[in-house]
Amino acid sequence: MKILFSFFTVVVLILLAYAGVNANMHFLFGAVIPYIAVAVFLLGFIYRVLKWGSSPVPFRIPTTCGQQKSLPWIKQNKIENPSSTLGVITRMFLEVFFFRSLFRNLKTQLYEGPRLAYGEAKWLWLAGLAFHWSFLIIFVRHFRFFMQGVPSVIKTIEGLDSFLQVGVPLLYMTDVIILGAVTYLFIRRVFIPQVNYISLAADYFPLFLIFGIAASGVLMRYFFKVHIVGVKELVMGLITFNPVEMQKMQEIGVIFYIHLFLISMLLVYFPFSKLMHMGGVFLSPTRNLANNNRMVRHINPWNYPVKVHTYEEYENEFRDKMKKAGIPVEKES
Amino acid sequence: MKIYDGGKIFIGLVIFVALFASPFYLNMGKAIAKPELKFDTPEIQRLEKETGKKQCVEPKEFMRGGHMQMLNNWRDEVVRMGNRDQIVIAGQKFDKSLQLACMKCHSNKKDFCDKCHNYMAVNPYCWTCHIQPKEKQS
Amino acid sequence: MATTAKPPKPEELSKIDYKTPKKNWIDTPVEFKPGMYCHGSRAKYLEIVGFPNPREWKPGEEDWKLPENWKEIVIEGIKERLEKYRSFRLFMDICVRCGACADKCHFYIGGGDPKNMPVLRSELLRSVYRKYFTVGGKLFGKIAGARELDLNVLKELWYYAFQCTECRRCSVFCPYGIDTAEITLMARELINLLGLNTDWIMGPVSNCYMKGNHLGLEPHTIKSSIEFFLDDIETVTGIKIEPTFNRKGAEILFVTPSGDLFADPGTYTAMGYLMLFHELGIDYTWSTYASEGGNFGFFTSNEMAKRLHYKIYAEAKRLGVKWILGGECGHMWRLIHQYLDTWHGPADFLEVPKSPITGTVFENAKSTKMIHVAEFTADLIKNGKLKLDPSRNDSLKVTWHDSCNTARGMGLLEEPRYVLRNVVNHFYEMPEDTIREKTFCCGSGTGLNAGENMELRMRGGFPRANAVKFVRDHFGVNMLANVCAIDRATLKASMEYWVPDVLVCGLHELVGNALVMTGEKERTQDLRLEPLPGKEAKE
Repeated sequence: MKILFSFFTVVVLILLAYAGVNANMHFLFGAVIPYIAVAVFLLGFIYRVLKWGSSPVPFRIPTTCGQQKSLPWIKQNKIENPSSTLGVITRMFLEVFFFRSLFRNLKTQLYEGPRLAYGEAKWLWLAGLAFHWSFLIIFVRHFRFFMQGVPSVIKTIEGLDSFLQVGVPLLYMTDVIILGAVTYLFIRRVFIPQVNYISLAADYFPLFLIFGIAASGVLMRYFFKVHIVGVKELVMGLITFNPVEMQKMQEIGVIFYIHLFLISMLLVYFPFSKLMHMGGVFLSPTRNLANNNRMVRHINPWNYPVKVHTYEEYENEFRDKMKKAGIPVEKES
Repeated sequence: MKIYDGGKIFIGLVIFVALFASPFYLNMGKAIAKPELKFDTPEIQRLEKETGKKQCVEPKEFMRGGHMQMLNNWRDEVVRMGNRDQIVIAGQKFDKSLQLACMKCHSNKKDFCDKCHNYMAVNPYCWTCHIQPKEKQS
Repeated sequence: MATTAKPPKPEELSKIDYKTPKKNWIDTPVEFKPGMYCHGSRAKYLEIVGFPNPREWKPGEEDWKLPENWKEIVIEGIKERLEKYRSFRLFMDICVRCGACADKCHFYIGGGDPKNMPVLRSELLRSVYRKYFTVGGKLFGKIAGARELDLNVLKELWYYAFQCTECRRCSVFCPYGIDTAEITLMARELINLLGLNTDWIMGPVSNCYMKGNHLGLEPHTIKSSIEFFLDDIETVTGIKIEPTFNRKGAEILFVTPSGDLFADPGTYTAMGYLMLFHELGIDYTWSTYASEGGNFGFFTSNEMAKRLHYKIYAEAKRLGVKWILGGECGHMWRLIHQYLDTWHGPADFLEVPKSPITGTVFENAKSTKMIHVAEFTADLIKNGKLKLDPSRNDSLKVTWHDSCNTARGMGLLEEPRYVLRNVVNHFYEMPEDTIREKTFCCGSGTGLNAGENMELRMRGGFPRANAVKFVRDHFGVNMLANVCAIDRATLKASMEYWVPDVLVCGLHELVGNALVMTGEKERTQDLRLEPLPGKEAKE
C-alpha cells in the first residue's frame, strides 16, 4: 500500500511532465516550476534549520563512544569521546563523510542455547555511503551545465568518474552505483521484515523519486538522446534569468523535461521531509558537542529556579532524631 | 525568533547557500556565448556546389546526439573487424574514418568540434590517437 | 503490596519471536501484558512533590481518571518541549527509519515486540508530532505517518515509555545520533503532566525529596546502617572505623546512592568505601541530607531531577567542603557529569578536586568539582599509594559490566578496569560487542526495577545476562562487577534468573577485599563473611 502509493505518485509525476511537454507547456516545466522549486528548496531548508536553531540545547549531552579525558595516563579516545573543538570537528567529519556510527552496525542473532551473537552488518553502511557519495558526485558533475567556462575541478571529477572509458558517451561509474545503491536500499526496505514494518510512504517515495531522476538521466545520456547543447543553453538561460525562446525549448527531447520535473519535485519535497537529515546531522547534540562537561559549565538559557527541600526544612523535621544519634545540627531547637 | 548558536548555524547556512546557488552569482552579468558552428570549409562549399546541398552522412538531428556512437562503431568495424566498406554520400565515396571522412569536410576543428565540446566541457579522446589536422577555413 | 507476576521460566522466555505482525503498527492497539508494566503511583507521593492529578489509579484499568482537558495538556506539553529542547525537535524530524537501531535495544532483543525497536518506539510519539506540528502530517494524515492523539495512543505512549531504560545504546549506532533516551524523557514528562507516574519511581522521588534519599532512610537510620557495616568490617579486619556525618569543615563530601546502604550486594561496596577512606586517612564526611547520588526524579521530569540534585551542592556549601567525591553509580553520574553544573552551578564555592594523598589535581572536573570514586582510586593505585593483595579475590573470576550511563554519557571505561586489574587476578572481558560503548543495560534502569514487571526486566536483562553466560561457560566467570547501584540491585535478580551461579558486586567491594590495611589482623574472611581462598575452615 505504502509502496504502491509512493510508486504511483512518481509515475503520475512522470506522466504529468510528459503530458505537459506534449501540450507545449515547455515554459512551465522548463522555467516556472524549476524556479519555484529552487526557491522553495532554499527558503524551506533555511527555515527548517532556523526552526531547529530556535530551540536551545539546554544540556550538553554527547553520546560518548570511547574513553573520556580524565587522568593524564589514561589514553583518551579523542575522536569518539572528544573534549576539544578539534575532536568534535573530526568526529563530525567522520560522521558526515563516512557515516562513522552506521559503520558500527551489528546484526544481532538468537541461536539455540539461547545464545545471542553479534555479526558484522556493513551492507547498509556500504549502500548508504555509495548512494550518498554517488549523489554528491553526480550533483557536482552537473555543474558543467551551470558554468560558463567549466572549472577544472569539475572536469577532473568528471574525468575520474568516467575513467573506465566504457562506451560512448563514456559511462559514469556513479550512474551505475547510484541505481544499484537505491535499488538495494529499496529491496532491504521491502524484504527485511523489521525495516519493512517501520517504513512509511515517506521512506519509499524519495527512493522512487531519486531512482526516477537517476534513471531518466541515464536514459537521456545513453539512449534517448536529447539536444544537449540546447539543454545547457536552457540552463544557462535560467540561471542568468534570461530564459531561452520557446523554439529552443521545443528542440530538447521530452525525457529532459521529465528529468527536470522530477528534480524540481525532489527540491520542493526536500524541506518538508526526512531528507532534511542532510542539515540535521550537523545539529545533532549527541554528536556535535564536546564531552568536557565537568571542565566547562554548559549554560541552559531557560534554567529557572525550582522548588527545593532545603536543609533547614530537613533539619526541622529530623532535629531530635539527629541529636539523639549524635549527628551535628545547625540549631539546637 | 531567537536563534541559539546562531553564529555557527549562520555560517553553515551561508556555506550551504553559497555552494548551492553558486551558478546564479558566478554567471551573473556574463554574456553567455552560445556555440555557433561554421559549415563553410572549402570542401563543404565544393560539395554544396556539386550536389546543390550541404549534406552529412546522417541528418543533423541524429548527428547532434549520435556522432560519437557512429564514430565508435566505425572504429570498431574498421580497426577490430577489418571491415573497410566505404560509405557513400551524395554519390561520393568516403572511408569510415574520422580523418578521411569527417575531417575532410569539417576541416575546421576549432570552429566545429571544439565549439560544442568546449561549451559542454566534454573532452573526447579522439586526439589521443589521431593526429590533429591542420585548420582549413574559408 | 505488589502482586508479583512471576515471569515464565528462562527456557520459555528465551523463545523469542521476532516475526513482525501482518498488521500495520499504527492500526495495532496497545495491549497491556501483566508482568510488563509497573503499578500506578499512589496519590500521596504526587502530593508530596506537588505533581498534577494525584489520585489512586491502575494502569490496567480502563479509566485512568485523567483531567478533562488531558489532550490539550499533552499537545501543549509537546509544543513547550519542542521549543525547549533542540534534541527533541531535531529527533522528531530527521529519522530516516534506516533500522540500524532496531536490533540494538535490549528490550527488543529480549522481547521481540516490534514497538520496542527504538525507531518504532520513537515513531509512537513522532506520529502524534506529525499530526499536530507538521505540514505533511496535517495535510496527509495516516499516509504521512501521522495520527490523532486519543486515549489508546496515550496508553501506548505510557506503556512503551516504561519499556525503555534510556540506556542510549541505540544512539551509538544511529547515523544522526538520535538518542531514544531524549524522546523517552519527553514522553515521560508528558505522562508526568497527567499524573500517570509509576509507584516504583514516585516512592523514591518523594522519599528523596523529603528525607534526602530514595529509600527514605532518616538521618539516624543512615548512621545506624553504616555502623552495622563497621561491625562487619571490624570482624573481618579487626579495625574499628569511625566515619563522620554532616561534619562541617571536612575537606571532602562523599555522596553515593542510598541503595548501597540498604541491600546486598551494594552494602559490601559501601564497606569497601569505608575501609579505603579510613586507610587513606582522608578528611571526609558523609551527609544524611545529601544522602542520595542517584536521582529517580530524572525518570519523571527534568525539573524534578533538578529539584532532587539541588541537595548536593547545597550541602557541600553548608558544610564548607573543598570538593565532592561521588560513589559508584550509573545514572547518578550521567546527571552529575552532564546536568548538575548546568542546573545548579557554577560551583565556585568549591575548589578543583585534588587528591589529598597523591596531590593529583583532577582538571577534568575543574568546573563541576566532583569526581567519580573510580577515578580517585585509579589515581591512588597508579601512584602506588595502596597496598593491595589481589590473591584475596582469587576465588573470583570476574567480568566487567560497563554501566550504560557511565559508558555512553561520560566515558568512564578504563578507570574501573585499571582498578579491577589491580585488585583481582582473574579478569575476563565479555564479548566486545557487549561492552564499553556497546554495553547492554541491566534491563531495569530508569526506575523499572520494580517487582511487578519482572517479565519485562528479565527480557530486558537477557542480552547482558547472555554475554555473562558466555564468559561463565568459557572462562568459569563467577562474579559480575560494575560501578552502578541499580546494576547491583537488578543484575542480581537477572543473574539468578538467567545465569544462576554468577554473583554481582561493586568495584570497591573488591578493593575492600584486596586492600591491606595498617594494623589489620590476618584476614580469613571477605566482606561477605565468606572464607578467603586457602582460609577455609579445616575439618
